[in-house]
Amino acid sequence: MSAELALIGPILAAMFAAATPLLFAALGETVVEKSGVLNLGVEGMMLMGAVCGFAITVKTGSAPLGLLVAAGAGAAMGALFGVLTLLLLANQVATGLALTLFGVGLSALIGQGFVGIPLEGLPKLNIPGLTDLPVIGQALFGQDLLVYLGVLAVPLVHLFLYRTRAGLVLRAVGENHHAAHALGYKVIRIRFLAVMFGGAMSGLGGAFLSMDYTPMWAENMTSGRGWIALALVVFATWKPVRVMLGAWLFGGVTIAQLHVQGMGIAIPSQLLSMLPYLATVLVLVLISRDVARIRLNAPACLGKLFHPDS
Amino acid sequence: MNRRTMGKTLLGLAGAAAVALSVGVASAQEKMKVGFVYVGPISDHGYSYQHDQGRLAVEKALGDKVTTTYVENVPEGADAERVIEQLAASGHKLIFTTSFGFMNPTLKVAQRYPDVKFEHATGYKRSANVATYSARFYEGRTVIGAIVGKMTKSNIIGYVGSFPIPEVVSGINAFTIALREQNPKAEVRVVWVNSWYDPGKEAEAAKALIDQGADVIVQHTDSPAPIQTAQDRGLWSVGQSSDMTRFGPKSHLTAIVDDWNGYYIDRVKAVLDGSWKSVDTWGGFKDKMLFLAPYNPAIPADVVALADQIKADIMSGKRHSFQGPVKDQSGKVVIPEGKSATDEQILKMDWYVEGVQGKVPK
Repeated sequence: MSAELALIGPILAAMFAAATPLLFAALGETVVEKSGVLNLGVEGMMLMGAVCGFAITVKTGSAPLGLLVAAGAGAAMGALFGVLTLLLLANQVATGLALTLFGVGLSALIGQGFVGIPLEGLPKLNIPGLTDLPVIGQALFGQDLLVYLGVLAVPLVHLFLYRTRAGLVLRAVGENHHAAHALGYKVIRIRFLAVMFGGAMSGLGGAFLSMDYTPMWAENMTSGRGWIALALVVFATWKPVRVMLGAWLFGGVTIAQLHVQGMGIAIPSQLLSMLPYLATVLVLVLISRDVARIRLNAPACLGKLFHPDS
Repeated sequence: MNRRTMGKTLLGLAGAAAVALSVGVASAQEKMKVGFVYVGPISDHGYSYQHDQGRLAVEKALGDKVTTTYVENVPEGADAERVIEQLAASGHKLIFTTSFGFMNPTLKVAQRYPDVKFEHATGYKRSANVATYSARFYEGRTVIGAIVGKMTKSNIIGYVGSFPIPEVVSGINAFTIALREQNPKAEVRVVWVNSWYDPGKEAEAAKALIDQGADVIVQHTDSPAPIQTAQDRGLWSVGQSSDMTRFGPKSHLTAIVDDWNGYYIDRVKAVLDGSWKSVDTWGGFKDKMLFLAPYNPAIPADVVALADQIKADIMSGKRHSFQGPVKDQSGKVVIPEGKSATDEQILKMDWYVEGVQGKVPK
């Protein structure tokens, strides 16, 4: 049994890292949806962040600049979505889907010259003494720096949404844009900023993949993580802390099922591959099964178009 | 199992129109036109890249007699039929369709163009003007099995698999047989990621295997992520599809690389001199359809000599990757002494040999 117990540390360590791209993207989308906008283009924004961050890091050798550009590329994609849906009043669902298709294609085009180029990953935290602690040392004190940034973003987003005036206004816009407009709040401007923030966070999530987790560029390398992030937001009932727990759960089961396979336990691998999705949906549905509470948390104007004169 | 369709379907929606534009037109008049259809981008540095190397070799060798055209990123399915049809209609006399999923579209178009020759990779359906070809990838796995058997210290080998299809399972078995011949105590642990190309998942699988004690990572997926992970942990790894040394120079022992150059040149020549026939070609080291990437300089000389000897024996026919007696996991002899596996047995392999942990997912 001790061999299995010894695996808990590595599994925990891998779990936090696997959850990080989801965490970034889902936190960003939480803010977007809280402002009443549904952006299904997360996958496309992640890919743009991934390719731009990678390309800039390769060209300049500066990872911080790469991350900045990745966030900027995601935000630019968000802004594009904003122009189409908030200013030109295009349908949000259709535009979001188109944004993903566009992001897949454009990132592949930009990345053409960057396939097959290796890159050094970002530095890992290493605190002598703490990092070497058994079981939890590697998991808590030996991660990539972006993993900590992702976790740090959770309380920040939570505090912003629920403890600041700006957050209150953003939620008000999401609940009832006409009322917010009548009170004199700039609905479109607020939503535009939220969408750009969401894009920047998605871009960072994508950049974590291409610059750190598997430091390389490959077409479509996010492999559907953007869609999982979208689902996490809903199942976590738009609450940042639950988004984090959902991401960890998903990451944890993903890693655990790989270990189960490696041990040769006779469960079909296809079933195991399904497990992270199943477990995450199940647990999040269970903790949020109170329908009244979901209604309370779901932004009432989610996905609805807003025109100041209507 | 189609190789590289993932994600391509979406591009295909927009691709149909662009395809028409990306088909280059050959200029010279008497030169024969040869077309190539790739499922991925030629920049993938893997599967489609290797096919395109074959096309370039044809140009180099027979450039005075033929011109070549390629269409990349072609989604498997209806779009493929349109692309193949267009190549046939625009005067191409020989067309290579290089992915499993092009099988039915190729046959359909071939029916409408009986005087055009078609070559379909990795499929099993042929007709009067459609030939098939593939490589005996498992032969390479026998050689790397022997190398890894000499290099492992923990005697646990981590194997990152894509899909549990016969091509991959026979690779695992060929690898394991050669591994345990050198090192009877070694065992193979397999993790399936259910994808040909998902760097994140491949890295996670490699990490899990390493955490379970594996000190060599072997992969049958296409991204270099497992190599990067092994390099990160200071362990050995073996690449797939193309030479992946630059992703882990201290880790990359070697890689199995597809090589279509010789075959493509031969087949183009056959059409030129009229000797082309619809046949099934399944070539290995002997036919130069695969080779091993340069060995890591850190591999000891006696191990290199051993690997070269095994390769030579496979080429001369002295050795077969599945030479009896081969036992399955329950200890039952499946391939008796003095015999080796038939091609059909290899093409349908859905069981593990002794030394592999776990069961083949069904």
